[in-house]
Amino acid sequence: MSANTVALAYLIASVFFILALKGLSSPLSARRGNMFGIIGMVIAVITTLTITRNWALIIVCIALGGAIGAVVARRVQMTAMPELVAFMHSLVGLAAVFIAIAAVNNPASFGLPEILPMGSKLELFLGTFIGAMTWSGSVIAFLKLSGRMSGAPITFNGQHRVNLVMAIVMVGFGLWFFFSATTNWTAFATMTAIAFVLGFLIIIPIGGADMPVVISMLNSYSGWAAAGIGFSLGNPMLIIAGSLVGSSGAILSYIMCKAMNRPFLSVILGGFGSEGGAAVAGDGTQKTYRSGSADDAAFIMGNADSVIIVPGYGLAVARAQHAVKELAEMLHKKGVNVRFAIHPVAGRMPGHMNVLLAEAEIPYEQVLEMDEINSDFSNTDVVLVLGANDVVNPAANVPGSPIYGMPILDAHKARTVMVVKRSMAAGYAGLDNDLFYMDKTMMIFGDAKKVVEDMVKAL
Amino acid sequence: MIGEIDPTIINLTVFVLAVFVGYHVVWNVTPALHTPLMSVTNAISGIILVGAMLAAGPAETDWGVWLGAAAVTLAAINVFGGFLVTQRMLEMFRKKDKKGS
Repeated sequence: MSANTVALAYLIASVFFILALKGLSSPLSARRGNMFGIIGMVIAVITTLTITRNWALIIVCIALGGAIGAVVARRVQMTAMPELVAFMHSLVGLAAVFIAIAAVNNPASFGLPEILPMGSKLELFLGTFIGAMTWSGSVIAFLKLSGRMSGAPITFNGQHRVNLVMAIVMVGFGLWFFFSATTNWTAFATMTAIAFVLGFLIIIPIGGADMPVVISMLNSYSGWAAAGIGFSLGNPMLIIAGSLVGSSGAILSYIMCKAMNRPFLSVILGGFGSEGGAAVAGDGTQKTYRSGSADDAAFIMGNADSVIIVPGYGLAVARAQHAVKELAEMLHKKGVNVRFAIHPVAGRMPGHMNVLLAEAEIPYEQVLEMDEINSDFSNTDVVLVLGANDVVNPAANVPGSPIYGMPILDAHKARTVMVVKRSMAAGYAGLDNDLFYMDKTMMIFGDAKKVVEDMVKAL
Repeated sequence: MIGEIDPTIINLTVFVLAVFVGYHVVWNVTPALHTPLMSVTNAISGIILVGAMLAAGPAETDWGVWLGAAAVTLAAINVFGGFLVTQRMLEMFRKKDKKGS
């Protein structure tokens, strides 16, 4: 194929990628969108095959990677989606680094001049360090999300200064690489190594519940890494696809930060929630709360007109989505209006709760976003909070509270509140939740799945 | 005139416009589909596969080819895994359509 034909085919593929994202504006067009994405990818790969050699090697590698990807995609539990996404980000990062090293080694194979021009060096530098940081950052995110590493932030004195110094040193080696007349492997390798370490250091101080932001940010990085490689290779399709992914991740990070009312920078600098689990004693006095059994709760809900269920991370941990579906169906049969209220940061990644509820086949008309349902709490009989805490903490309305200004679900406005929780421990923000001590609140202690199953039995 | 422009500038033009397109398209994505959005963008960032294929297929073979081959494998995991898991999730949202209607 001529270079022009290749470029046109790449343009067509790019348009398909844009259509893929556009499809996600509604569940009805989403599957078609995914199909557009696949078509775009097929066009891109076939076109590239016509301009490269070593077909056998390439096809074997694609088949191998494809088989691994297919098995993983089929086997993964929906509760484990955040880990899978983090894992896949890390692969993009590593692939970007490999490609950049190959390009420095043999520029001719990418149609670059044998002595790399400065522009290409700058682009390779950017692609490499973003890729390296994406890889190591995602590995940490993966370990934290899958519970192989504690979700607690790891902090030490002068942490940010260390990171800053390393970043400066890394840029220094990048400049050395940039200004060297010949290929300077020492500078390139040192810079790459520092970028790997920096990726680790940047993610370790960020706590478990800030993961929705981290994972969105790494999503963004993986896109920028692809775009960076696109710049190095002068390939507009890589630039377009990478930018789409990069801006998507950036927007998701922004939405997540806004939903927690925390500046992006403070999330990234980390250390928040280091004393998570230890409740901050408000005024020192022992507050009293009312606890009840699953049977009592089931009885009250069975006699209510309307119930709103607020699912949180606890539901995902307990894998209680199917039990909840049964509960919702039972109540529905009794003529109770059951709906679900989803806070943007519920779960460990954006939209996580929606997928879990979809997996349990809960009709999506019953699943509402915060803005859609918040005004309805005040005329709702029962709110059932399942494994959520900070997102229903009325302290967010009290000036001076650490979470003041965070948008919350107004569960406290309902006539009766039921909270299923493992213990009275504080949520991620380390704050006591006044909702638990209200007269109309009933605490039900236990594993979310077990409690919900008991409720179903009682009904 | 066009011939005199540095290719980097042209790439930069493409980049800036693509960021704008991405910005507008992604804001229209319904929040309920944010997880599928992440998995499909994962698959799309697997487009780096194209770069990996070029690295794996130069005329003369040296160790860079093996690095390229490794990158092809990694990117292919992303492409296949990303699209398939997105498909799987969206199927779940479809089942609800049927029930609802």
